[in-house]
Amino acid sequence: MDFHFTNDRPIYLQIAEQLECYIIAGHFPPGEKLPSVRDLALYAKVNPNTMQKALTELEQHRIITTERTNGKYVTSDQNFLAKLRDKHAELTTKEYLKAMSNLGFDKKSTITFIKMKGR
Amino acid sequence: MPILKYQNVSKSFGKKPILKNINLNINSGKIVGLLGQNGAGKSTMIKLATGLLTPTFGQVFVDNHPVGIASKRVVSYLPERTYLDKSIRVKDALKLFQEFYDNFDIIKAKQLIQDLGLSFDTRIATMSKGMQEKLQLILVMSRNAKLYILDEPLGGIDPATRDYILDTILSNFASGATLLISTHLIADIERILDEVIFIDHGEIILTASADELRSEYQTSIDEIFRQKFHAQK
Repeated sequence: MDFHFTNDRPIYLQIAEQLECYIIAGHFPPGEKLPSVRDLALYAKVNPNTMQKALTELEQHRIITTERTNGKYVTSDQNFLAKLRDKHAELTTKEYLKAMSNLGFDKKSTITFIKMKGR
Repeated sequence: MPILKYQNVSKSFGKKPILKNINLNINSGKIVGLLGQNGAGKSTMIKLATGLLTPTFGQVFVDNHPVGIASKRVVSYLPERTYLDKSIRVKDALKLFQEFYDNFDIIKAKQLIQDLGLSFDTRIATMSKGMQEKLQLILVMSRNAKLYILDEPLGGIDPATRDYILDTILSNFASGATLLISTHLIADIERILDEVIFIDHGEIILTASADELRSEYQTSIDEIFRQKFHAQK
């Protein structure tokens, strides 16, 4: 698990996006407790306030929940996480198809190309 | 409740005004960047907060007390140049800090020094410049202070040392404490800042949240800083 930032966008949003991907990909399984804000901040090499803000963002999107005194947990709603993953996959696919179309591939030849490469 | 407050503060050296009517509150628990070009007044602001200089007009408060003996106890200060006596050894520097500051965590300092692979018997004069700066930073960050003031902690160091210094700052400041970091090397440090203060020609020209500025301008603090100062010239 690695975090990469550019300085031209809010850091907390970049952390939130990257954490969201790690959660979707199962690095933090559904229902699992997250490390403390301070530990996560140290790991990502950011200020704890920034990490807190990123987690608040994820909480607003219901990807994580806070248990009053116990810390933060990944949502245990697997259905929700699966839908989120599909949404991300759809977006990535659309971007890919657009890039391929810019290279002159139509959908059919793109699929042929993937099959060829996938072997 | 601000941990550091400048109230109508002006400072002149002779007839030359260095700071012009500064009013500023810095709140607890934040990492704040004091950003300005060389000669903008950053170090003077810091020296007023540490009691090394006194204002020509106005007053500076730390933790609600005028700067003085009480404030020095809660402020841990890293000056631009190291002030350690070069003829002493690492262990003597540790002893010095332990005697001077009742909130110095010598166990933590020893651990950090060992992590660096530095012997307690090493004489400071024989250490590289980068190593001396790391040692000074360790001493400063090992105090359980309410306010850490770091003056140009990244001046004249290589990228590996820079990463060490940023990591050491982030991992060691006491929880809930405030950090005020002055620098003109913004790109290197902006990632860890909550808030930024732009100072130019002795005046505060902007105070804002770092991430809000990035949202608003869609670019880095470094770039915003360059734009502001080019626009003025």
